[in-house]
Amino acid sequence: MEFTRKNRQLLSRIATNDRHGENSPYFDGWKAYDSNPFHPIHNPDGVIQMGLAENPLCFDLIEKWIRENPDASICTAEGLNKFKDIAIYQDYHGLREFREAVAKFMGRVGGNRVTFDPNRIVMSGGATGANETAIFCLADPGDAFLVPSPYYAGFARDLRWRTGVEIVPVHCRSSNNFRITRAALEEAYEKAQRSNINIKGIIITNPSNPLGTVLDKETLRSLVSFVTDKKIHLVSDEIYAATVFSSPRFISVAEVMQDMDCNRDLIHIVYSLSKDMGFPGFRVGIVYSFNDGVTNCARKMSSFGLVSSQTQFLLASMLSDDEFVGNFLRESSKRLAKRHHVFTKGLEEVGISTIKSNAGLFFWMDMRPLLKEQTTKAETELWRVIINKVKLNVSPGSSFNCSEPGWFRVCFANMDDKTVEVALDRIREFVLQGKEENNHEADKSQARAQPWRKQNLRLSFSSSRLYDESLMSPHMISPHSPIPHSPLVRART
Amino acid sequence: MVAMSKIATGNGHGENSPYFDGWKAYETNPFHPTERPEGVIQMGLAENQLCFNLIKNWLTKHPEASLCTPQGVNKFKETALFQDYHGMPEFRQAVAKFMGKVRGDRVKFDPDRIVMSGGATGAHEMVAFCLADPGEAFLVPTPYYPGFDRDLKWRTGVELVPVNCESCNNFKITRSALEAAYVKVQEANLRVKGLLITNPSNPLGTVLDRDTLKSMVRFINDKNIHLIGDEIYAATVFMEPEFVSISEIIEEEDVECNRDLIHIVYSLSKDMGFPGFRVGIVYSYNDSVVSCARKMSSFGLVSSQTQHLIASMLSDDEFVDNFITKSKELLFNRHKYFTWSLSQVGIGCLKGNAGLFIWMDLRKLLKEETFAAEMELWRVITNEVKLNVSPGSSFHCQEPGWFRVCFANMDDYTMKVALLRIRTFMLKNNEAMVPLKLCRPSSLKLSLSRSLSRRMDDFMSPGIMSPHSPLPQSPLVRART
Repeated sequence: MEFTRKNRQLLSRIATNDRHGENSPYFDGWKAYDSNPFHPIHNPDGVIQMGLAENPLCFDLIEKWIRENPDASICTAEGLNKFKDIAIYQDYHGLREFREAVAKFMGRVGGNRVTFDPNRIVMSGGATGANETAIFCLADPGDAFLVPSPYYAGFARDLRWRTGVEIVPVHCRSSNNFRITRAALEEAYEKAQRSNINIKGIIITNPSNPLGTVLDKETLRSLVSFVTDKKIHLVSDEIYAATVFSSPRFISVAEVMQDMDCNRDLIHIVYSLSKDMGFPGFRVGIVYSFNDGVTNCARKMSSFGLVSSQTQFLLASMLSDDEFVGNFLRESSKRLAKRHHVFTKGLEEVGISTIKSNAGLFFWMDMRPLLKEQTTKAETELWRVIINKVKLNVSPGSSFNCSEPGWFRVCFANMDDKTVEVALDRIREFVLQGKEENNHEADKSQARAQPWRKQNLRLSFSSSRLYDESLMSPHMISPHSPIPHSPLVRART
Repeated sequence: MVAMSKIATGNGHGENSPYFDGWKAYETNPFHPTERPEGVIQMGLAENQLCFNLIKNWLTKHPEASLCTPQGVNKFKETALFQDYHGMPEFRQAVAKFMGKVRGDRVKFDPDRIVMSGGATGAHEMVAFCLADPGEAFLVPTPYYPGFDRDLKWRTGVELVPVNCESCNNFKITRSALEAAYVKVQEANLRVKGLLITNPSNPLGTVLDRDTLKSMVRFINDKNIHLIGDEIYAATVFMEPEFVSISEIIEEEDVECNRDLIHIVYSLSKDMGFPGFRVGIVYSYNDSVVSCARKMSSFGLVSSQTQHLIASMLSDDEFVDNFITKSKELLFNRHKYFTWSLSQVGIGCLKGNAGLFIWMDLRKLLKEETFAAEMELWRVITNEVKLNVSPGSSFHCQEPGWFRVCFANMDDYTMKVALLRIRTFMLKNNEAMVPLKLCRPSSLKLSLSRSLSRRMDDFMSPGIMSPHSPLPQSPLVRART
């Protein structure tokens, strides 16, 4: 207590508040994984990580390219003559070739229906930095942004923490596949106005995290016209653009703008190579704005999080190799599609449904039939069971601010094929065991039947038997904050 | 048009201040030994370009330091995926060890207190966000690095209050100056949260002595405010007196200090010459600050590719020891030659022993002791002498007539051209100041430049020196096309 009080006097409010998000009830969920991580040989009973949206499926292609292109590095014999120039290059405009390569890549990812201007490419510290920079440019402390839910848990920190800006969720519902309707937007906007909350913009994530779906043209047009009408900004986080693995295709807000009457000064895109290429460690965030004032301002702010010139140089080379990029994008989609199919089929076989998705590195799993009751508390209970009994670290919907309990985000790309099998086996076992126990309790379950329940599945394990009482409340999943003994770190020692 | 934020539409980024456009003269006409021998020589950029041969040599012998060599590519995937904001343990250990070596191993740094940031730029902003609320203030002794106005104030809303230092006592930071500034802030109903010092100093090129450091530590303890030591030039101390870090001072027996108030900002941009790699470090003795800064580092982590390279390079003890020694030697030689050449034409500098620049005294050349006169002289230096140097007022110096001149960002030939131009200028225009024996120019290897035209009317107002904002046609960019 004394320590905290002293801290409050010594440190800033930002340093002593909770808006970094890691004290929210979800963080400790990682503990079970970190203290008992799965390994096929060394720890086959460990917890499998399915809470990290990573894309490691195509590194063989990348490594091959690296070997064939030694001049992409400033450390190889072929590239060493560039070392000095690159090491001293700190111009916040960024290397021209880097900007050109990224602009070209973004264009290709959008099916070449849009050309991106390299002079609008502004760097940032990953998508984390890009989202924060966008908010710093567009809103003052106390202002708010509408964010359709469910949304990425990290937004609470990225959009709000140091900026002082608020998030007003626009709750979307499963009844219409979590579609973002004009009516919902209007309602949220009006409500905010009535409460004297100054809405400065909307942030959308397309493709969606956690849903794994893309926005259709109609929804995008509706969003663009909404912001134009209300004179507020639209920030489109498109970091999963290249993870679309089946139709419908990805449509960028940039494409939709082209044949619409709209105010271009309101439209901004956040991009990154963390998901599409699988390079979260390289911290390549991009702010792409159609507003000159924002571009200029964001560029000045990029000093706080420029991309390492060493990394700019490497990626400039890699992404300007048209053949490699074409092949990479095709293979990546193929492999993601395959992995997605294996999982969703496996789940279907045991009666678990997921939202129909065609993008992202995860699927949105419907576990509502297994909830004791339609509450967040029940969802958390079920989550504890999944972690402790089924030994899978998945992410509960409430950590994405989903208004309906019972949904879980499950990442499928961040593991090898063998581990996929193990994970599916565990799920099968868990569900089948549940069915067995169900048969003994048929009467009880009939009495509590809900109209939306398709299968007669029910979580029958008494949670008090199952979860570790010493496990603290589940905590928010922050991608950057694995606990010190995380195997990510261990792998290196 | 729909409004952007106040932060976006204000001038807090510092680039609209009357000093920014000074770079234009350089940008539109940059010196090149063969292509543009009469262009403007860049002496406003504090870069350390002297030791790249050593580094390249090391890289040739250590291909495993790169993720892109056959020897290193097996680490590519795990490194590319590594986004843990704790940073790679080897990276933190190597940086902690390097920081210790730079301080002669008189103090040890704990790798678990090493927190990453987007360069020193990001480190400063992060520290301000952790320690102060909008409207609260940091004291900063003058003259100070112009970028502080952006880094510490812009997005944080924190204030900077100058602590005036004077040339009459070599810009020493006195206790009375600190007290005076502190009182002034209080009278304005603002709250002082900390004191920010740069040691070695930019722009002075000097180090703080032990007594001054102790006095400052006592001051901040008395007032219960933070002390932030920007030590990014630590390894550029090339001669006596020795560099003393605040990390050493707090260990001294006669110093009582609440360690929760002590924080160091570090970077590899100046000491190693790697500004492009964006390696900023926040090192705090306050656990809460370490924890908070680490969470904030998500906004500006060091690229894992770069962490991997640096971890390898800086854990090579032999290389590091040799690099530090050699770097000092080259800086010493360059500094000596430079200051000697200037003294030959009657120009004096503050006696400095560190940094990548000298603090040149041109007060005697001023028409009058005003900043307007300083600006005039600066325009002449830019347009006539064709050197881009930085006027003292851009560093908030309280006395007109001082200029910061960088000497480590060019090769020997360019340096000689620059010195020759200064000499020519002094002989032509300020003969009275030049020591008699040199009035007649000796035989010159290089031909004198043609008569310098005065083009003051097409010169715009000088602009702030922002290291990151060279204009789009900067030769830095051009070099790559």
